[in-house]
Parts: sequence; structure tokens; C-alpha cells
Amino acid sequence: MKSDLELMNLIDAYLRGELAGSELSDFEQMRKSDPSFDLMVVEHHNFILNLSDYGRRAKLSSEMNVIHESLDIQAIKDEVAPETARVIRLWKKYRINTAIAASVALIAVSATLLSTGYFSKSISTNVNLLRREINSMKRSQNALIKNINDKPAKGPADPGEFGGTGFALSSNGYVVTNFHVVKGADSVYVQNSDGEAFKVKLIYIDPTYDLAVLQITDPGFEKLASLPYTFKKTASDVGEDVFTIGFPRDEQVLGKGYVSAKNGFAGDTVAYQVSIPVNPGNSGGPLLDNRGNVIGIINGKQALLDGAAFAIKSSYILKSIEAIPQDSLDEKLVVNKRNTLAGLSRKDQFKKLEPYIYMVKVY
Amino acid sequence: MKKELKSSDPADSEIVLGILNDSKETLSRLYTSYFPMVLQLVLKNNGNEDDAKDVFQESVIVLYNKVKDGNFELNSKLKTFLYSVCRRLWLKRLNEQSKTIRNIQDFSEIIAVEDDLEKHEEKDRQFEMMELSLNQLGEPCKTIIEDYYIQNRSMQEICEKFGYTNADNAKTQKYKCLQRLKKLFFQT
Repeated sequence: MKSDLELMNLIDAYLRGELAGSELSDFEQMRKSDPSFDLMVVEHHNFILNLSDYGRRAKLSSEMNVIHESLDIQAIKDEVAPETARVIRLWKKYRINTAIAASVALIAVSATLLSTGYFSKSISTNVNLLRREINSMKRSQNALIKNINDKPAKGPADPGEFGGTGFALSSNGYVVTNFHVVKGADSVYVQNSDGEAFKVKLIYIDPTYDLAVLQITDPGFEKLASLPYTFKKTASDVGEDVFTIGFPRDEQVLGKGYVSAKNGFAGDTVAYQVSIPVNPGNSGGPLLDNRGNVIGIINGKQALLDGAAFAIKSSYILKSIEAIPQDSLDEKLVVNKRNTLAGLSRKDQFKKLEPYIYMVKVY
Repeated sequence: MKKELKSSDPADSEIVLGILNDSKETLSRLYTSYFPMVLQLVLKNNGNEDDAKDVFQESVIVLYNKVKDGNFELNSKLKTFLYSVCRRLWLKRLNEQSKTIRNIQDFSEIIAVEDDLEKHEEKDRQFEMMELSLNQLGEPCKTIIEDYYIQNRSMQEICEKFGYTNADNAKTQKYKCLQRLKKLFFQT
């Protein structure tokens, strides 16, 4: 009997086809006669097959890896799957989750509001108030864009019309106001403190200084008594007490304050900064000092900031008057040189000024 | 099916012939022709290029085993076969990573390949066991076994390579190695 070692070598030789002649026939004879040997051959054969399978596969893998290395993966990738933006990928991936989350949030919010009785409360007044605020804010912002100086602009007297203030330049019906008050107007009226309204025509505008000169053309207009105030030619000092009269509502309102800076919004040298309470509708009102000199014309206030109103300096009003070609005027525009307000108390000053200050109504 | 890939696919019969002849060129053509398709599949379905590489190589192994076993019948296009195998493999792998995918994006038609994959899994297990056993076997046994049974080198060559004084010594060594390998293999 041969040893296992010899037998195994014999089987290996047989499986490799190295046996020949008598050896081969002996081997086959042995397989037939000895079943346990035959089983050994079969088992060994299977194991060898397993081994060679392993070898083949390992070889195949290494070959494929070589091929893989030689490929330009990035180029193939770009061709087959162009990179979509990360956001789009995320969106695609999570859109359903997002939709569900949004729906849940919506339901939760509605349910909460419903259960707390939010919908049953009357909120219409809030809405109206809010809207009015938004409108006035929008107006002042618009004015800011139109001009370097921002203006609170005109408060609407009635829906569909704007209002501002104006004051007499002379006793024969010339009135000065802000350009932005009358800008884009179809027709302009002025109304005095007695409630009489007169039709006016625009005779001069100066958008740069935000000034407009109007002339009352209404036949019902009677000449005024001579103006009580004069126009100050020089600049006023910071700290000077001032007051203004305007029409923030349908009635003349007196406001009192002081010049707080020599220059206006963003260093605008045309205007003063004035600390004075003004509201939409005050635009175009005169700014007077204690002695009754007009030192400026209110034209705006800074949005979102308290106590910063702006007034165009009176010297620019005079410049504008000079710039009007006198030949084109029906009546001569003469600026008053005599001040009758100095030394009077504020009450008396107000009474004297009352007839010369107009509400400008723009349609 | 979003975008059909344009490539001049090699004729299927040529490839089968090439596989039977262990042609390297065939493998290379097979790889370059069909890898992009699989890369597209995997990339578009939550995978990266390494996943694509693994899946594709596995599918090629499946194809090779099928062809070498002689039971390969060309009743579908090779491309479809490879695609289907890769698709199954990839879905399985996603499942194992417990990543669910709601709608897999397909780029080709598919055929049923479950039987082939079952066979492949069995083979895969044996492959892994053999790999593990061989690695545990250590040198020089591993090399001797590989040289003799896989590379089909003659005993004489092995004898020279390892510096055994005669072929009988080498045979004894080989026998011992084989016995150990069998032990390791059937243990695991």
C-alpha cells in the first residue's frame, strides 16, 4: 500500500494528464477496485477546480483593475452623468420631505390660529392703519429718491389729492411752495385760512432747490395788505429759535424749534437741518426766526429719524425770484423789505401771518 | 431610459469567443464598452465611481463564470445581461447599506438574472474562503500551491525556484502545504 503522499502525487499527475501507458491503466484499475481511493480522487479534483477558479478570478480582477486604471473615469463620468448643481440635487432628493414638512407646518399654524380665535378677531382696522403707514412711508422714501433731501411730502387732504403749504411772496398774489408739492399736478389751488380757495398757475419751478413760484390768477382774489415778513439774505446760525406754520391738517398749525445744523441731508448746503415737529403737509411752509424773518422753507424730514427736518435756505428763494424773467410776469413781483413782526409776541406774530399762509391743494 | 449611450458595442459572439480564449483584448473592449453604462446607473442612483467599479467588475466575473461553465446561451444582448446583473447587485448593496431608493433610474432594459446571481453568490463565498485560507497558509506554501495548481508550473520549476535539492523534497513540501490548505479551507 502506498502512502498518502505518494497517492496524492499520483492523483496530481493523473489530473494533469502526466500519466501514460501502464501507469494510467494501473491508476484507473485502482479507482475501480478501491471506492475510497476513487472518492479521494474526486474530492481532490473538486478542490483543485476550486483553487483554479480562485486563480482565474484573481487574475481576471487584476486584469480588470489594470484596464480600469487606464480609463479616464472623470471624462466618462462627465459624459454619462453631468454634474448637476448641489442645490438641485438636494432639492430633487428632499423635495418630497420638504413638501410634507411645509404642509405639516401650514396645518399646524392654521390650527393654532384657529384654536386661539385669531381669525374671529376683527383685524380690519389694523390692516387699514397699517396701509396708511405704509403709504406715508412710501411717500417719504420716494421723496428721498427724487431729491437728495428727503421729504415727507404732502398729506392727502382728500383721497386723490395732495396738499402742502405755501406762503405769499408779495401782496399781489405770488406764492412760493416746494416743487415736490406741485410736481405732476393737473391743477393747483391755494386756500387761505378763511377757507377761500383760489386757482393759481405755475410760473416758475426750480427742481434743484425744490422751489416753485405760483401766481394766484383767480378773479376773486383781492390784493393783500403788505407783507409783515422779510426774507433773510444771510445764513442763520445754529441754535437760532425758529417757528413754522403749515397745513399738516386742514387748519394752520404752528411748530416751534431751532436750527440744529448748518447743512441739510447728507451735507446738502442748500438746506438747514431744523429740529422742529413737522408732518406731511408742512412742506412749503415758511421757517421764520423770532424777529419774523423768513429764513427758509420747510421741505422735508429724514425718514426713520426723529427731530431732523430740513428747510431750504431763504437765500435760494431770493435767487429763484431773481431768476424769474420779470418781463414774462403780468404783475411785478416785488419782495417786501419792511418787517412788522419784530418785537411782537408769538401769538401776535401768528395772527399777523395767518392770511399769508396758504394750503396748496394739488389735483 | 434617459439617455442611450452611444458607443460601438462589440459583437456579442466575438466577446463570448474572446472570453473562452482568455483574450485580454476582449476583456479590455468589454470593459471600455460597458463600464460607462454601469457608471451612469450607479452615479444616478446614489453611488460613486468606486461603487460602479466594484459592481461592474463583479458582473464581469459573473459573465466569465457563466461563459466558462459552458452554459451561456445568447438569448439576450450581453449589454442587457451585464446591465441587469449590475442593477441587481447595486440594489442589493444599497439595501445592505440600508439606503433605500424610491425610484431607481434606469438606462437600459433589464432581464431576470436571479439564478445567475445565486450561483455567483455561492462561487463568491468559495472564492472568499479560498482567499482567506491561502492568506492564512503563509509563505512559502502559498506560492508553491499557486505555482503548482494555478499557474500549472512543473514540479521541476518549483524545485529550482525554491532551491529544493530534489523534486521529491518539493513534492513532500507541496503535499504538506496542500493538506494544511484543505484543513484551513474546510474549517472555515
